[in-house]
Amino acid sequence: MDGAVGAQPLLELTGATVRFGADAALDDVSFRMFPGEVHSLMGENGAGKSTLIKAITGVLALDAGTLRLEGREMSFATPQEAQRAGISTVYQEVELLPNLSVAENILLGREPRSRGVLSQRLMRARAGEVLRDLGLDVDPASLLGSHPVAVQQLVAIARAISTEVRVLVLDEPTSSLDLDEVAELFRIIRELRDRGVAILFVSHFLDQVYEICDRVTVLRDGKLVGEYLTRQLLRIDLVHKMLGRDASDFKTRHREAAEEPDAPVFLSARGVDAAPGIRGADVDLGEGEVLGVAGLLGSGRTELARALTGVSGLDAGVIRIEGQAVDLDSPRKAISLGVVYSSENRRSEGVLQDLSVLDNITLSVQAHRGVFRRIRPARQRELAQSWVEALGIRPADLDRPAGTLSGGNQQKVLLARLLALAPRVLVLDEPTRGVDVGAKVEIQNLVGELADNGLSVVFISAELEEVLRVGDRVAILREGRIVETLASADMTVDSLLALVASPDEQEG
Amino acid sequence: MSTTTTTPAVRVERASSPVESFLARHAAMIPSFAAVVILVLLLAGAEAFLRGDFITARNMSALLLDNAYLLILAVGMTFVILTAGIDLSVGSVMAFTGILGAQLLVSGIPVWIAVPAMLAGGAAIGLLIGVLVQYFNVQPFIASLAGLFLARGLAFVVSLSSIRVEEPGVLWLQQTRFRLGDWYLTPTGIIALLTVAVAVFVLHLTRFGRTIYAIGGNEQSARLMGLNVARTKVAAYVISGFCGGLAGLALTAYSGAGYPRNGIGTELDAIAAVVIGGTLLTGGRGYVLGSLIGVLVFGTIKTIISFMGAEQAWMQIIVGALLLLFIVVQRVIVARSERRR
Amino acid sequence: MTQIWKHRLFWPLAALITLIVVNSVARPRFLTITVRDGQLYGALIDILRNSAPLMLVALGMTIVIATRGIDLSVGAIMAVSGAVALTVIDGSNDPGNLGTVLVAVVVAVLVALVLGAWNGFLVAVLGIQPIIATLVLMLAGRGVALLITGGFITTVNSAPFSYIASGYLTVLPFAFFISVAAIAALALVERRTALGVLTEAVGINPEASRLAGVRSRGIVWGAYILSGVLAGVAGVIYASNIKAADANAAGLFIELYAILAVVLGGTSLAGGKFSIAGTVVGVLIIQTLGSTILFLGVPSAQSPVFFAVVVVVVVVVQSPRVRRALGSMTRRRPSTTAPDQERTKVAA
Repeated sequence: MDGAVGAQPLLELTGATVRFGADAALDDVSFRMFPGEVHSLMGENGAGKSTLIKAITGVLALDAGTLRLEGREMSFATPQEAQRAGISTVYQEVELLPNLSVAENILLGREPRSRGVLSQRLMRARAGEVLRDLGLDVDPASLLGSHPVAVQQLVAIARAISTEVRVLVLDEPTSSLDLDEVAELFRIIRELRDRGVAILFVSHFLDQVYEICDRVTVLRDGKLVGEYLTRQLLRIDLVHKMLGRDASDFKTRHREAAEEPDAPVFLSARGVDAAPGIRGADVDLGEGEVLGVAGLLGSGRTELARALTGVSGLDAGVIRIEGQAVDLDSPRKAISLGVVYSSENRRSEGVLQDLSVLDNITLSVQAHRGVFRRIRPARQRELAQSWVEALGIRPADLDRPAGTLSGGNQQKVLLARLLALAPRVLVLDEPTRGVDVGAKVEIQNLVGELADNGLSVVFISAELEEVLRVGDRVAILREGRIVETLASADMTVDSLLALVASPDEQEG
Repeated sequence: MSTTTTTPAVRVERASSPVESFLARHAAMIPSFAAVVILVLLLAGAEAFLRGDFITARNMSALLLDNAYLLILAVGMTFVILTAGIDLSVGSVMAFTGILGAQLLVSGIPVWIAVPAMLAGGAAIGLLIGVLVQYFNVQPFIASLAGLFLARGLAFVVSLSSIRVEEPGVLWLQQTRFRLGDWYLTPTGIIALLTVAVAVFVLHLTRFGRTIYAIGGNEQSARLMGLNVARTKVAAYVISGFCGGLAGLALTAYSGAGYPRNGIGTELDAIAAVVIGGTLLTGGRGYVLGSLIGVLVFGTIKTIISFMGAEQAWMQIIVGALLLLFIVVQRVIVARSERRR
Repeated sequence: MTQIWKHRLFWPLAALITLIVVNSVARPRFLTITVRDGQLYGALIDILRNSAPLMLVALGMTIVIATRGIDLSVGAIMAVSGAVALTVIDGSNDPGNLGTVLVAVVVAVLVALVLGAWNGFLVAVLGIQPIIATLVLMLAGRGVALLITGGFITTVNSAPFSYIASGYLTVLPFAFFISVAAIAALALVERRTALGVLTEAVGINPEASRLAGVRSRGIVWGAYILSGVLAGVAGVIYASNIKAADANAAGLFIELYAILAVVLGGTSLAGGKFSIAGTVVGVLIIQTLGSTILFLGVPSAQSPVFFAVVVVVVVVVQSPRVRRALGSMTRRRPSTTAPDQERTKVAA
């Protein structure tokens, strides 16, 4: 299917740069797609995948660089313009209308009319054609909302291809589909490909990428890593390119405390099932131990963290703290048992943007004490000030709204809030994502110090090097299962990489 | 898209029984059916209780006549609520346009100017609300609140007391009876039913109407589909304001006078009727015909209460209770559809 | 030197002062306060006295709005509480007895508390949208009030009861002290407990607050209970003022004026940060504006036109579109004072 290479690209992006404030979300990236190919875009969170998609579908404007469609330079002000030019997108979240019929969802905006009046009959007939064309047996008159998400997804594709589509962007289309449904989707993708449509398939499931994609473009930290033919790229190399870092640069640094192997287990989880996707997870966390969690995006890293901290309930299994079975039914309950969680979504689930640094730091302690036992203002200030100093939060202004701080400092404010609770277990979900290098090292070192003082830490990161460096042991997650838990000392980045990527290296 | 050689995969299970297929197509109608059931129960109960004195041609004809103004308001409100908005101004708009028309007629302005002026007055207040909502990001609740204040104040600016209407053209709307046996229809009733008919046509058979539903379903998606969201949303409020003017005309004809205190709290009655008729306050789901049923339920309860000689206070309590019932039911429906996603 | 005009209370206060200045120029008697029998009288005193019901309702509304909610039922709750109080007094053998009046007031406020708890249940437990949840009581409440009074306007002649709205405590009207007590109590609760910051946290971001261990359900519920209780007291004052329970007129439109007062005071309808002081200023603006309109010879029935203009101006000025157009002029400065220091009470 790479026969098209050498011909003129259907879509070509050169030197594309998109900035949000001072940060470049996309930095001088070139990208091309040929007619009749399925192309994958790979990268971890924050690599710039969604920014690139937005840039080619008219959602975001380029700050620098050019977009060419069939050699003609284009710039789309709106998604509609991109659509008119033949670039359609199907998003991960179905962006259709559950309260309207399938036919309307496919055709609304360019619906057939007879004598100015919208004809439901014509509309159903035409939508029926499109659906049959895709081999879908769905009643066009039925409400979209009456179908499972998978069908809604396929209807979204039907809408996308009911126009003259030349480039079809599928953003994480399979994340909510089961195996049969994925097979159905792939059948459709292949058919479209054979008609000459260029398909951009974004997924974090490696198996699927290797099954359907002809070529793959890898992004990391907003930069282009490279473009490869899928069949020539070993799976482990792909993961390596996504996660970055050369094994040779890598220095492990283990703490003394890790040497004693028999630290008493503080928290243990057995057979934990949690929606969506965590199956039979066993976790043991010793006192003063840092347990790193490694896994690709979508492997269940976050879901595991949330199950351990009462944020989302367990479907099965039991969690014990110091041997006592506990029911972590809310974050509040978990906090009262000394288990605290820092979300990967710092802005939406962490720091309260409009509250001051002071209020943010003291919030959880105050909530834990209850409404009526207010911490005296002087004591609050003292408490917050001590954490601002201990963690080096900048600017050291307690009254500034936390939302005005940089990402790294917001993360520290969040850490201060949790540490002020004097917790026993700290679960950190990607605490160093979107944080500058200096703050990153500080946070890593902090975790080490905390563990030396007897705190148990679960440290989740997409960066394997970081997980190895910070963790005493590392739990490796793949597709919702903990496949292995090994001591960091026994691993190198390469061996960890192999475990994270896949057991079936022959597939690559 | 011409290759049609693929055989349909049977993977997607099509609704097998007619019932399932009907439900898949018309699930949103269920609350409206519930309203029909409630209406039938009310009528049957009253008939049994009053030993056959309730469902008479006279009573049933009066039901439409007495509630024509409310039906017109409910139709306009349905447009707004379908876009997930709300319009608190309609009761006051009805009072304002009613007194405005009466004042114009008393001042010797011909009826063919006075009536369009009433309708335009209502539409103008709707336009103000719509512009605030769409272009200044004001919550519909607050924007229509400003409309409520404005219309109510303007009603008193026009006149502080009621003005009798002698204009034969307006009174004709009320006094004329088109009879069929003991059944009758007044021109106000016909206007109200025509409003319903036009609304059904617009909502179901025009792109504008489908855009109203699309906005209520998901405004962002509607915009991505290339529908004209801004214009449609403003238009919904204009329609509601226009209906307020039309209701003002109907009420003026009904009471033979304009009165600036008319319609205090009527916006709540209209909202209640729409919700009882099965339209979700979260937008996107509901039917104008449901609102018709809602108004009939409302009117029937009122009639039953006056027949039983009970206090009118029960009216508010029963309507409040019905509203609560429907809200809780809707909440359950929404929660279920969210779980499915 | 910090820029005073960027303080969140600057514009509300400027509006209030402008109104007062315009009034004093137009009618010099506006500022005159006369002393009769050791009691103060005058236009300003009237404003303080008459604003009491709106003040109480607006204070409760502020807290509800801070949790991202709204309470439309306050007017109906006022009607119910007035009806309950009057019915208790009317039914007793000795309407003039202080004990009777106390019992009546306590019962009325307790009923209002139950109604507030009902609203809170619908919002915090069942998760119904606040506008819709409180709409139920807004509709049904007046019916309940009418049933309690039997459909009539119950009137009583009870000196202790009239005292609540019309009496004087030393030199100032008693109703004014009720307002002050409510403001002070709320300000004190703000300072002495963590309610203020936890309420703001829930209003700013419910999910982040949950993860931080905040008991948001209780806080939201409490806000509606508070709103109900304050509306109950307001209903008693209203009934005392007219010495009657009028189920149809009591608290009519007050929810709208209360929301307006909150918005005028600079609290965003989107929830989160709130300002008690701002609401106090907002109420005084509304009351002064009402007094001004009356003075201009405009019939009070027409005054809604003025308030409509105020609402439109305020929301348009606050809208993103206009803010963008005005650029940095109106952008809110990150506050440099701790929230509880801002919430000093304005004793007018």
